[in-house]
Amino acid sequence: MRRLILALLLLAGPAFAVGSPSEMLPDPAQEQRARAIGRELRCMVCQNESIEESQAGLARDLRLIVRERVAAGDSDQAVVAYVHDRYGDFVLLRPPFRLATAALWGAPFLALGAGLLAILLLRRRGAPSEPVPLSPEERARLAALEKDPTA
Amino acid sequence: MSLTSRRALMLAPLGLAVAGGAGFYGMLRGIGTGSYDPRGVPSVLIGRTPPDFALPPLPDSGKSGFAAAELRDLPGPVLVNYWASWCVPCIIEHPQLMRLSREGVPIWGINYKDKPRDAGAFLARHGDPFARLAMDEPGRVAIDWGVYGVPETYFIDRQGIIRWRWAGPVTPEVLDGDIRPLLRRYA
Repeated sequence: MRRLILALLLLAGPAFAVGSPSEMLPDPAQEQRARAIGRELRCMVCQNESIEESQAGLARDLRLIVRERVAAGDSDQAVVAYVHDRYGDFVLLRPPFRLATAALWGAPFLALGAGLLAILLLRRRGAPSEPVPLSPEERARLAALEKDPTA
Repeated sequence: MSLTSRRALMLAPLGLAVAGGAGFYGMLRGIGTGSYDPRGVPSVLIGRTPPDFALPPLPDSGKSGFAAAELRDLPGPVLVNYWASWCVPCIIEHPQLMRLSREGVPIWGINYKDKPRDAGAFLARHGDPFARLAMDEPGRVAIDWGVYGVPETYFIDRQGIIRWRWAGPVTPEVLDGDIRPLLRRYA
């Protein structure tokens, strides 16, 4: 039973908003391309979903435009450029590297660098120094304490 | 490491926290007054002329629609406002549009994905600030402009160049903080 459920779950795969068959292109290869393009384009309304995943009206309009351009024979780059020209870098889920996006692309490396630096500093500081041997007075007091705890 | 530089290093996290706190305070204040929108996206049209389009008038509005060419050579700056009767923030910004229109600022409206009857009823109820009123029913012209929600307002100078775009309602703060300075600058 559990295996069956797992198999069904795996079969279901990611849910995409292109539910209505009227949106899909008749040619499966073109539809496949349109989906791949749509997964790279951000829905400007929901902002953390691609236009393929979003239920927003604008995402639907953009899905239709992507399919229109694909059916008209545009290359993948041309379709992306069409949307990019209108909505700017933000619409690309993988934005190009520029001054404005440098922090975005650089953040993982900065975090890694900061972590390494922290490890290095902690290691240098944390190196334990050699224990200082007890002085003769301390040793005598310790011996006395060990013999009679009440002393 | 000397004692003073060690002490300065100990103050560094405190300085960072103060700077971060000030930054967050500024952002929260901006969200409160409507002058900062964390979901805002810059328009690619800034510094450019609007994309080519020609839109019909909103039926029964008695106004004329307009085309891109009519936004090229203007006697003064114009605001282009995308709106819809089903849009709640449009009700929030409407008094500000009415105020601007009473002051003589031309506002060219583009009614977005709406029913003409609903749009007409909205204007009858809240007032009509529009000098021109076009209709974009399939919403394709809006996509050419990079519109991602209503309301959106564009400031177009007399040469027909888009100088400013605001995605969201024009609050009194946006009116005084952004639109009035723009009107003075491009008068």
